[in-house]
Amino acid sequence: MIPELGHFALVLAIFLALYQAILPLAGAAWGRNDWMILARPAATAQFIFVAIAYVALTRAFLLDDFSLLYVAQNSNSELPVGYKFAAVWGGHEGSLLLWCLMLATWTLAVAWGSRGQPLAFSSRVIGVLGIVSVGVLLFTLLTSNPFDRLLPAAVDGVDLNPLLQDPAMVAHPPMLYIGYVGMAVPFAFAVAALLTGRLDRDWARWTRPWTIGAWVFLTGGIALGSWWAYYELGWGGWWFWDPVENASFMPWLMGTALIHSLAVTERRGIFKSWTVLLAIAAFSLSLLGTFLVRSGVLISVHAFASDPTRGLFILMLLLLISGGALVLYAFRASNLEAEGGFRLVSRETFLLANNLLLVIATFLILIGTLYPLFHDAMGAGNLSVGEPFFNAVFLIPMLPLAVLLGLGMHTVWQKMEPGALFARLRWIGAAALIAAIVYPLIVFGSTSVLTVIGVGAGIWVTLSSLIEPISRWFNSRAVRLTRAQWGMFLAHLGVGLFIVGASVTSAFNIETDRAVRIGDRWEVAGFEIEFRGMRTEEGPNYVAEVGEFDLRSNGELVASLRPEKRIYRVQTNPMTEARMDIGLFRDVFIALGEPLGDGAWSVRVQYKPMISFLWIGCIVMAFGGLLAATDQRYRRTVRQRVEPRTKVGVTAEQGSH
Amino acid sequence: MSRYAIPVIILLVLGGFFLRGLGLNPTYIESPLIGKPAPEFSLPDLIDPSANVSTSDLVGQFTLLNVWGTWCPECRNEHDFLLSLARSGMPIYGLNWKDERDKALEWLEVLGDPYVASAADVIGDVAIDFGVYGAPETFLIGPDLTVLQKHISPLTPEVWETRFVPLIEEHSGKR
Amino acid sequence: MYRILLLSGLLIGIVQFAGAQIEGFDDSAVDERYRDLIHTIRCMKCQNQSIAESPVDQASDLRRQVRELMLDGRSDGEIRTYLADRYGDFINYRPPLKPTTWLLWGAPALLLIGGGVVFVRILRDRLQQPLDEDIG
Repeated sequence: MIPELGHFALVLAIFLALYQAILPLAGAAWGRNDWMILARPAATAQFIFVAIAYVALTRAFLLDDFSLLYVAQNSNSELPVGYKFAAVWGGHEGSLLLWCLMLATWTLAVAWGSRGQPLAFSSRVIGVLGIVSVGVLLFTLLTSNPFDRLLPAAVDGVDLNPLLQDPAMVAHPPMLYIGYVGMAVPFAFAVAALLTGRLDRDWARWTRPWTIGAWVFLTGGIALGSWWAYYELGWGGWWFWDPVENASFMPWLMGTALIHSLAVTERRGIFKSWTVLLAIAAFSLSLLGTFLVRSGVLISVHAFASDPTRGLFILMLLLLISGGALVLYAFRASNLEAEGGFRLVSRETFLLANNLLLVIATFLILIGTLYPLFHDAMGAGNLSVGEPFFNAVFLIPMLPLAVLLGLGMHTVWQKMEPGALFARLRWIGAAALIAAIVYPLIVFGSTSVLTVIGVGAGIWVTLSSLIEPISRWFNSRAVRLTRAQWGMFLAHLGVGLFIVGASVTSAFNIETDRAVRIGDRWEVAGFEIEFRGMRTEEGPNYVAEVGEFDLRSNGELVASLRPEKRIYRVQTNPMTEARMDIGLFRDVFIALGEPLGDGAWSVRVQYKPMISFLWIGCIVMAFGGLLAATDQRYRRTVRQRVEPRTKVGVTAEQGSH
Repeated sequence: MSRYAIPVIILLVLGGFFLRGLGLNPTYIESPLIGKPAPEFSLPDLIDPSANVSTSDLVGQFTLLNVWGTWCPECRNEHDFLLSLARSGMPIYGLNWKDERDKALEWLEVLGDPYVASAADVIGDVAIDFGVYGAPETFLIGPDLTVLQKHISPLTPEVWETRFVPLIEEHSGKR
Repeated sequence: MYRILLLSGLLIGIVQFAGAQIEGFDDSAVDERYRDLIHTIRCMKCQNQSIAESPVDQASDLRRQVRELMLDGRSDGEIRTYLADRYGDFINYRPPLKPTTWLLWGAPALLLIGGGVVFVRILRDRLQQPLDEDIG
């Protein structure tokens, strides 16, 4: 009964979304205030009904209602309660409902946060979000209904994929979706601006915090997925350039470019068509990602059960929504151009280069991801494009970007003396170069050109992000940094730390596999490992073989690690649970391989230097973004319409951001 | 045409490829051996290990080389069809892939033996030469030892009629 | 019912990446070459994994084959060609350079040049425009 109510709520939500889409947009076009003010209530009502549907589905999981096909496919009576919550998004249908819920939530937030905006504009924003909602809700209802019944009901479910029964895996999809879906907000703002025919600095100020917010979640979601892959999958990798990973990375790259382009638009009122295009691109890539994961067009470990009919629907959605926006862009973008000069050494120049390099990087990843499809469609046969291509090619725009990043942060708007910039940064540049040459040699005993470049770029960005905050810390008479400026330095610091971690761990990680018996001791990267014994343990829905290992350094016990090999009762396929000794400067990672018979096991031990810097870098990045998004200038509700090139003096903005 | 139209054109081109892609199956991998001579091999016969099964046995007629193993559940599904093909006169050679001899012999005894002879590839090197990665796989080999076709997954009457028979007819004329 | 089976089949495929046994070399330089190779050769049966990561039998057969070819003195390129001759280009994660992949491998250069042109154009335009007087 309740599932049917949930189903019905979904149908109602579609009607409300239609209301939300049509009335405000028509109202804005024809100047009908009475229609435009319906935007906010419609959005609220849509949210309520999507939430009802979602709650109904969750309830079915918690109560083990195996008369619902989707519940039977993704849950089991012995599944721990926490994972039953997560199982709601464990498969295609439920994850799509989560998508709808996230979109409705963002829409609600935007609707209620839009008080400071002119009615005609905010109605258009909500209207566009309504169009997207209609599309995704229809897709869910017509092709992926989570409320389909299974009659007669299953006695028990086939259990949630054991890979998903893990805390990080629980948090990863929702975070990712909040980020993915959140890119619809700047998209809506951009389309609304194209419809209005006007895009000013206020527009940039409204759009930026939403964009940064979505970006923060996307950063967290991707990082969580990466971290999970690292500790869960058993061989210490953290990025595989799998099509679905790329599908989440491309919106992130475009989101990053968008945030920076918005900075220029907010400050100088230029780069407007760039910004609009980036906003459309970021969300389009989100939709593209949804298409790639669910259509079966590419082979991926992450893909849901592929279904060409669903693929066709999403493709149509993508073409309509993105195509519509881009057609509007083709006609209206030329009206947005504005005057605003700058000189060769200026923050604008660096941000322009930033935009271009990020777009190039995104295109390269897109080409690599889609090439197998392209190759096959042209009749040239099957092809694989993997790590060797992406690793090589991604660095080409990214390393120069890292160098420019360090410079751009300290450049002022419009014009700067090159000498001043050089004087500011020359010691840091020298320090980074020397450290990059010396550090690998001293710590690891070897180096290479690529390592020096990578580590150097990372240290350069790190130091460059630190000089400003540190110098102001020590100089009590200096003007205080705004929250947004703190955010910027912190976010860039995060990038620097990440680059250092990635360079070092890629260059110097050590992988070993050995066949060992109980009592064996062996050495890896200066650590001694001893295989103490094996035990069998029972979990709530699995049985595990647990290995006991002692990790020693210089004879002293560093850690006792217990990696497991689990067999889940329902799905009966072995799962590796690796264990790590985590340190700031290195992880030591142990995983059980296969039992070799006769009491011997193959055991994988890996040494991963500086890998924590990857996660720390991401956390710092996300935190920086959070600070930047909540700067007080975004929380002003006083409305100001400032045309480009008029006197600025209104705000207390200082210096550089 | 203004440069602002470039993005939407790119999208349409991509859309076209995706549309095409929905009709393709990316997991269907074409074999590079088609049109080339069959890899040479010589392995012990499964039933009588003192004798050999080699490529030269296949010369002069259209043959099927069927990769099978007792550990492969799908192989069971095509077994009956293979028997009927064999009875109708089509020579089928087996490549017993990474299997245990006792189990393989028992399988043939209980279920019937459609093979003129089965080669025992215990290590798997010959399978690699043939680009085998998932049993069951079936190769159609011409009288001059050219590999004409490869099919992965159980051989069904439909696949036989639509993909193998036409090739046999086409190449018979060229004798 | 069919969907449950399909999904279970997929899930079983996914769950298969529990740790696999990898045989390396004692010499660290040779071992590194071996690991590079097995991490960039695709497991044909899996949903996008290298033969290093896959626990499937076929993957360990191929690893053994790579090992033997290395011991036989073949170069990386020769090993990749050997496998591609039998399995097709699909088996190499590093796409070969041939006319049908020129667009792929040429993309970085093309995009950089294109990006450079755009950069110069926009910059030249803006260099000629006046600055805002009041921003410090």
